[in-house]
Amino acid sequence: MKNRKFRSLYSSIKEQQITPEEAFWNRRAFLKKLGYLSAGLPLLGNNGLLNAQTKGNIFTTTEPLSSEYVITHHNNFYEFSTNKSRPAELATEFKPGNDWKVKVTGNVEKPGEYTLEDILSWVDIEERIYRLRCVEGWSMVVPWQGFQLSDLINRVKPSSNAKYIEFKTLQSRSTFPGQKRGALGFHVLPWPYKEGLRMDEAMNPLTFIATGVYGKNLPGQNGAPLRLVVPWKYGFKSIKSVVSIRFLEQRPTNTWHKSAPREYGFFANVNPAVAHPRWSQANERRITDESFFGVKRIPTQLFNGYQDQVAPMYVGMDLVREF
Amino acid sequence: MVYKLSKVSAHVICWLPLIYLIFAAIHRTLGADPQEIMLHLLGFWALVFLLLSLSVTPLRRVFQFPILVNFRRMLGLYAGWYMLLHVALFFTFYLNLDISELVNEVIERPYITVGMLALLLMLPLVVTSTKAMQRRLGKKWKALHRLAYLIGALSIVHFVWQSKSDLNEPLLYAVWLVVVLVSRRSIK
Repeated sequence: MKNRKFRSLYSSIKEQQITPEEAFWNRRAFLKKLGYLSAGLPLLGNNGLLNAQTKGNIFTTTEPLSSEYVITHHNNFYEFSTNKSRPAELATEFKPGNDWKVKVTGNVEKPGEYTLEDILSWVDIEERIYRLRCVEGWSMVVPWQGFQLSDLINRVKPSSNAKYIEFKTLQSRSTFPGQKRGALGFHVLPWPYKEGLRMDEAMNPLTFIATGVYGKNLPGQNGAPLRLVVPWKYGFKSIKSVVSIRFLEQRPTNTWHKSAPREYGFFANVNPAVAHPRWSQANERRITDESFFGVKRIPTQLFNGYQDQVAPMYVGMDLVREF
Repeated sequence: MVYKLSKVSAHVICWLPLIYLIFAAIHRTLGADPQEIMLHLLGFWALVFLLLSLSVTPLRRVFQFPILVNFRRMLGLYAGWYMLLHVALFFTFYLNLDISELVNEVIERPYITVGMLALLLMLPLVVTSTKAMQRRLGKKWKALHRLAYLIGALSIVHFVWQSKSDLNEPLLYAVWLVVVLVSRRSIK
């Protein structure tokens, strides 16, 4: 109920009611895309945000959105904390801006260190409403803003021997308290966090880089300022706060796979038929809001419901062995 | 009188975690996934009450405070109560009250097998916790109630096994259990 109210509020207030203080990089690009800056008549703007909700569009869904509160207060961002509610508290100072740098290296024609501003000038910001399925068994529906990863890749021109792409999260113990050792001297994970995709996966139109959520700049706890979103894979593939993109001939390793190879694979495609060694993946707990009954158990879909768009990439592959 | 009062306040303290959880769930302060937080906190309190009850014996020996023994049973029973609530919540919200799925989970998921074993072992201890049973069983009672250490160990294994990667917290409880066990041996 609360969620539905929020949804209609969200689509009706549009951008003009969001205060200028909140808005810097993401808003500018987003408004430019929607034509608000030039048209100057946002009240007429029944486009943009709602375009994403057109029927039959693979980039959206009619399922109820998860509330902004749960999306921004239930975060597996181990660089801050293994506790899912802590990143929202610990990330209040983490507000990357236009000077955020991303290193592009490897088998690529235009390697270099690009700023967030550079990258945003190459792309148009659009909205995608995607399901997000965590390997732990919970899921949400998230209205992201951002751009298709293929737009960025095409810009830097990988060479023909680039078969894979590797991403890294920022490593900084002053920014991320979770990168320090724990009470008994253990590192929670080997830092920095790394993820990888096969080139065809990276170029798939679904693969997205989020710069915002719910029409606002991406909060620190959600992986500001650039966060990968791969909706047909378990959430841990969607690496946050990316500082490095490397084009490789060989398959890179990814942090969770390195940490527990029996439990987390490279592909990590959502698959209800392939159980995690310790728990079933047949169902998921869909979180819509923070009320006690705001969570509902539903069946999990193969490729998180994106099979039409992604299944052809895995033809002939044993999804049980290559989990 | 003082004794009565301390007993009553101990009961109140043992109910506080549950009262807090219900209050927090109603007021939406358990975060984005209140069911999960409640599940974890009920399990946490079950383990803490169990470890507290096991700490009574060494503590009363160290501090020469024999009256403490009267709290041992109470803490143990509360451990059992929180364990039961923990499993009931899991069964209701995670398994949709589906018995066959519960059986399936217990068979297929080792961390649930271990947790369920801890709960089952707790049952005879709860049943034989009365003074009358203690008298009737005599020496056997003591041997039977040593199972509490095993239950503690199983609970910690269950905790470690379900956590994705952070071992720092569950290992603290393991250290606590080991200290209690060792102190039991050394201070006879």
